[in-house]
Amino acid sequence: MADVTIIGAGVAGLWAAHALSQRGITPRLIDRHGAPGAHGCSWWAGGMLAPFCEGATSEPAVIAHGQRAASDWAGVTEVTQNGSLVVALARDRAELDRFARRTSGHDRIGGAALADLEPDLATAGREALLFGTEAHLSPRRALADLVAALAVKGITIEQAEATPDDIPGTVIDCRGLAANLPGLRGVRGEMVMLRTPDVTLARPVRLLHPRHPLYIVPRGDGVFMLGATQIESAAPGPVTARALLELLSAAYALHPAFAEAQVIETGADLRPAFADHVPRVIRRGRVLHLNGLFRHGYLMAPALARQAADYLETGTKGDLFHED
Amino acid sequence: MRDFYGVTLDSPLMLGTAQYPSPAVMEAAFRASGASVATVSLRRETGGGQAFWQIIKGLGLHVLPNTAGCYSAREAVTTARMAREVFETNWIKLEVIGHADTLQPDPFGLLEAAETLAAEGFQVFPYTTEDQVLAQRLVDAGCRVLMPWGAPIGSGLGLNNRYGLRMLRAAFPDIPMVVDAGLGLPSHAADAMEMGFDAVLLNTAVAQADDPVAMATAFGLAARAGRMAHGAGPMAPRDMAVPSTPVIGKAWL
Repeated sequence: MADVTIIGAGVAGLWAAHALSQRGITPRLIDRHGAPGAHGCSWWAGGMLAPFCEGATSEPAVIAHGQRAASDWAGVTEVTQNGSLVVALARDRAELDRFARRTSGHDRIGGAALADLEPDLATAGREALLFGTEAHLSPRRALADLVAALAVKGITIEQAEATPDDIPGTVIDCRGLAANLPGLRGVRGEMVMLRTPDVTLARPVRLLHPRHPLYIVPRGDGVFMLGATQIESAAPGPVTARALLELLSAAYALHPAFAEAQVIETGADLRPAFADHVPRVIRRGRVLHLNGLFRHGYLMAPALARQAADYLETGTKGDLFHED
Repeated sequence: MRDFYGVTLDSPLMLGTAQYPSPAVMEAAFRASGASVATVSLRRETGGGQAFWQIIKGLGLHVLPNTAGCYSAREAVTTARMAREVFETNWIKLEVIGHADTLQPDPFGLLEAAETLAAEGFQVFPYTTEDQVLAQRLVDAGCRVLMPWGAPIGSGLGLNNRYGLRMLRAAFPDIPMVVDAGLGLPSHAADAMEMGFDAVLLNTAVAQADDPVAMATAFGLAARAGRMAHGAGPMAPRDMAVPSTPVIGKAWL
């Protein structure tokens, strides 16, 4: 295999490097900011590996590929296999019915079963959907673990400005929005991190709400990630007051103790997305673009990287493969 | 046929552009429905970057920007002015919300904003209740289209006050009217069109359906069926049964 250079060390670029290294290829890995951090949208992710929940609004490819994500990640970082939980407030019971109708892989639970799983969420009459096979991880730890795994194989992140034009040979472009591909747009997302000792959750919880849907991912040590808005805007900049109000109000509605939590971090970034919200491997000459991961970076990066590696190794074109 | 500020619409269906699973699904839904107008919210969507706006432009339909989420006349007027710049149209669907939970229009703020915007050359589509007095004041302010609600936004309840809507339709025979908000089923759209409304506007019922494209198709068919039925002169309901085949002269054994 000739030289392969990966540009972009977010979740897509790191996974591309990892997939190639598993096949005995040692790529160069370049990122203009160096190691993963607040500059990339991978930093702000929820880290839910929830293909069935995502299926409520995603194309079948996301559900199909996403089911392998937990086992792929388990080879790299700690994955918590506790399932995920979907709840609605009493007056929005119809939302739970609708979500159940549009998804698979869940059991409807309530009463004692819910109290056993998540005592803090069990209120009288509340029902929930348990997606028992889903999982979650801690994104920043996962990125660090990926970087460490690559380092063991001699792959380090070179901090440099680079575009595919600057580099000879095969290039895998994982720069997200910076790649400026046709049809790629930014979808703004905003998140909040809270810390409170008064709430305990063992798994991600989604609150269905007609106006302000919310998910809460436990990070351990009383830290919770609240996400995420989804706004058709490529406006950069910090989280807005409105987004904070919505996220915090929804969290408070889920459990009043969140009102006393400390706000330890807020964040906002743009998710690169294609019109169908399905990520793509796009071949343009000697450049492979891995892009459009939308809100499925951690769910879909392993599959996307695998298809890129398959193509480079054997010429196989998977279902996520496109040619320009 | 009543027109919308000089524009005659091929289809009496207007669709919103929010809440779809993806822009690809949205585009497919628009194409399947045959909708003639796309409404778009300026406040949060398209605020930074033109990508989503380009997708809507690519639909090739009339674009009706709205002031969704504005709670005061001043806010709505500012939003409308920004929308005129961004979308290059004088059309504005004017929403001034009076109550956070019901999203009911604020009639006083609505009238104030309509007066200001009409004076600035906007072609205002006011989202209003079925109140006739308010409707008259909006017409006096320069509105040449009215958009009475069917039911609260996103509720899917259909035509909550058929009597009020019928009276409103009769009171302003020359004003084009769109039943906006609260429609949940294609039969609601057909109902409004059969009553003589000129178009229907909806978003949630299509965008949040399990299959938005199929639901959009159904709404498009229903709106056209209702319009055709209204034009065809519906029979009046009556209590007495009337056989469609004459009884006299039939062979009897």
